[in-house]
Amino acid sequence: MCGIVGLYLKNPELRGELGALFSPMLIEMSGRGPDSAGIAVYRGEEEGAAKVVAYHPDLDFGWQALAGELADALGAPVSATQVANHAILAGGASPMVLRDAVFAQSAGVRVMSAGRSLEIYKDIGLPKDVLQRFLVQGMAGSHAVGHTRMATESAVSTEGAHPFNTGDDLCLVHNGSLSNHNGLREWLATHKGIPFQTDNDSEVAAAYLTWRLSEGANLAEALEAALVDLDGFYTFAIGTKDGFAVLRDPIACKPAVMAETDDWVAMASEFRALAGLPGIETATVWEPRPATVYAWGRA
Amino acid sequence: MDAIDLATTTTRDLNARLQAEAPRSNAAYEVLHPGGRHALACGLTAPIAVTLRGHVGYYCAGMNQNATVTVEGNAGVGVAENMMSGLVRVKGDASQSAGATGHGGLLVIEGSASARCGISMKGIDIVVKGSVGHNSAFMAQAGRLVVCGDAEDGLGDSLYEAVIYVAGKTGKLGADCEEQEMTEDDRKTVAELLARAGLTGDPASFRRFGSARQLYNFKIDNVGSY
Repeated sequence: MCGIVGLYLKNPELRGELGALFSPMLIEMSGRGPDSAGIAVYRGEEEGAAKVVAYHPDLDFGWQALAGELADALGAPVSATQVANHAILAGGASPMVLRDAVFAQSAGVRVMSAGRSLEIYKDIGLPKDVLQRFLVQGMAGSHAVGHTRMATESAVSTEGAHPFNTGDDLCLVHNGSLSNHNGLREWLATHKGIPFQTDNDSEVAAAYLTWRLSEGANLAEALEAALVDLDGFYTFAIGTKDGFAVLRDPIACKPAVMAETDDWVAMASEFRALAGLPGIETATVWEPRPATVYAWGRA
Repeated sequence: MDAIDLATTTTRDLNARLQAEAPRSNAAYEVLHPGGRHALACGLTAPIAVTLRGHVGYYCAGMNQNATVTVEGNAGVGVAENMMSGLVRVKGDASQSAGATGHGGLLVIEGSASARCGISMKGIDIVVKGSVGHNSAFMAQAGRLVVCGDAEDGLGDSLYEAVIYVAGKTGKLGADCEEQEMTEDDRKTVAELLARAGLTGDPASFRRFGSARQLYNFKIDNVGSY
C-alpha cells in the first residue's frame, strides 16, 4: 500500500500557498505509507535556469566543491544550495547536460530530479518529518505531487522513494506494482539510452513516459500508450512543467479520488487527504474511472 | 436530533455512542464534518437514524443492523459492507465494493457505484439510481441488485443465486451470467424495490440477469438455502 496526492493550482494567486495547502494532504496519507515520503514541486519557472536536485547521505557533503567541479566540466557557472541532505545545483546549458555532468562525477551523488521548474525531495521517515526536513510548508509553486511509501517492490531507501524523474521536468508517483518492469527497463536502457538509478518498478513507468514524450507524444497520448504497454496495478499521478495527469489501470484496485474547483484540481488515494482544501465543501468530487486519462494544463 | 461534530469527536467515540443506543431506541443523530474518515457509523444495532453531512471514507455503515444511515455525499470503499438489516442511503456516488458480502437490508445509492458493487452479496438488496462499474455482483449468492443506469463489463461473474436487474446498457457479461426472461414476478420485485428506495422508474424497462448454473455444482434440492 502507498498513498499518493497531487495538487494543481489553476488560480495563480494561490501559488504562494502551494506548500501550505499540500503538506496536510501528504500527512493525512501517512497511514498508507509510513516508510518514506517525497514531494515533487513545480516552481512555475518554465524559463528558469537548468537545475538538478541531488542527494548525498552525508549532511556535511561538500556541495560547493561539487558545484565548482561541475562548473569546470561545463564551462559555465553552477550554484549549489543545500536543503538537508539534498542540494539544488543550478546552471549549465540544459537540465539534461547538467544531469549528465552530475552522473559523470563519482562522489556518490544521486540525482533526484532534473528540469527548469521541477524540484524533487524525498527521504525515508514519516511524511511529517520529511516535509519538515525539506521546508515544504513554505514552498511556492504551480503544482505538486507527493507520495507516502509502504515498500513492496524494492528496498526502503531514499533512492527508492517516490516521486521518480527520469527526464526534463517530468515526475511520477505510483500506488501499485508493475509486473513487466524488468523487461521494459532493459529495453528502455538498451534501445533508448535512458539511465536508471534503481531497481524500482515505478522508475520504469517514469522512464517510459519520458521516452514517449521525447518521441513527440503529449502527456495524454503517452498515458494512452502506457495503458497498452504497462502491465500491473497502478494509480499514477504525473506532473510535467505545465501539466498534471492521473491514470488508473483497467482493474482499478488501487484507489483514487479527485476534486476540482475553479481554483484547483486535486487527487489523492483517499478523500480524507482532500478534506481540508479550501472550497472542498462545494467542489466537484469524483472517483476517476479505470483506464481513463485525466489531464490538466498543457498535458 | 442530536448533532455529533467529528471536528471535535473521534471516530471511536462516535461509534461507541451510536452503538450504545438501546434496542428500541428511535434516536436521530446528525454527524457533522465527516471529512472522509473511515468506519463511520459501523456496527449499529438499534433502529436509530444517522445522517452524515458530507463525504465519508471506507466501510461506512458496515455490519449495520436495523439502523437507517444516510450519507449526504460520496462514500468510499465498501459502504454498508456485511450489512445485516436496516437501510443505508448514499446521496452521492459510492466507491468500489459497495454492499460487499451484505446479508440483508437495503442499500440505496442515488449516484453511481464504481467497480465490484455487490461483490459476494448474501441476501442484501441494492438499488443504484446511476450506473455500476465492472465486475458488479461478482460471486453474488443471494439478494437483488437493481441498476437504473448501465453496468460495465463482467456483470455477475461467477454468479450464484442473486438476481440482477439492469435498465440501461450492459457490457460483456461475466462468466456464467446470462440474461433471463423478465417475468411478471420480476417486474413486481423491481417495482417494490424502487418504491422502497424512493425512486421512480418503469419496471418494464429492466432486464433480468441470473446464473446459468454451469460454473458451480448446483443442486436443485438446496435451492431453499438461497
